[in-house]
Amino acid sequence: MADKPRIKLPKEAAKGEVIQIKTLVSHVMESGQRKDAQGKTIPRKIINKFACEFNGKPVFACALEPAISANPYIQFDARIDEAGTFKFSWTDDDGTVIAAEEKIALKA
Amino acid sequence: MKAINRRQAFALGGGFVLLTLMPMAADAEVTNDAAKWIEKFTGGKQPAKGRISLDLPEIAENGNTVPLSINIESPMTAESYVKDVMIIADGNPNAGVATLSFTPMSGKAEASIRIRLATTQNVIAIAKMSDGSLFTEQKTVKVTIGGCGG
Repeated sequence: MADKPRIKLPKEAAKGEVIQIKTLVSHVMESGQRKDAQGKTIPRKIINKFACEFNGKPVFACALEPAISANPYIQFDARIDEAGTFKFSWTDDDGTVIAAEEKIALKA
Repeated sequence: MKAINRRQAFALGGGFVLLTLMPMAADAEVTNDAAKWIEKFTGGKQPAKGRISLDLPEIAENGNTVPLSINIESPMTAESYVKDVMIIADGNPNAGVATLSFTPMSGKAEASIRIRLATTQNVIAIAKMSDGSLFTEQKTVKVTIGGCGG
């Protein structure tokens, strides 16, 4: 949980270019279906929402269900029209938010 | 304690297998609410085939992480873009997998995630465009080891 999310995107892009962003965050994604050794159900604990913004505008979001694998990997695209900052957030069932930022520049 | 004879041992073993299989089978029948999810997303409208390419392995050895890629044909401009894409698994304890929300800033309606599949089943994607039209695509995945947990 304490691990920093891993985000991969180019440092710079040409104006209008569509770039690919890869993200991976460490999380158990406990489905709420499994039972422990005593036969008790292990309560659900997952990341239920991922969102990506660029300069404050939404780019991509994803509502996640327990059918998402542990350490959720999400890959998507973004069109770059200006230099700026990507903001990423992963929201846990318990309300905590894992946040990260990445900057991108325009190619000269 | 009396030693167990061969016949009893078989009976016991059989019981075990049944016990371990039972909860999963029961879950799949009672709680898979795929139709409800689809109904809620489409509002009862019938989605058309096409425009979506859904990429999943034909056979997944490990149901715990099955790579899924989706790509939807769309100009992705402010006038015409893919809004939401719902992904459903019709054989999991819960049908919902993920709902992806794109914007014109996404550039391409393309994404990859990794999903859990409890058993061999269909994975269904339904895309909602900005003009309200709906498209669907589905793939059957054979799962060798289920990712149901347990």
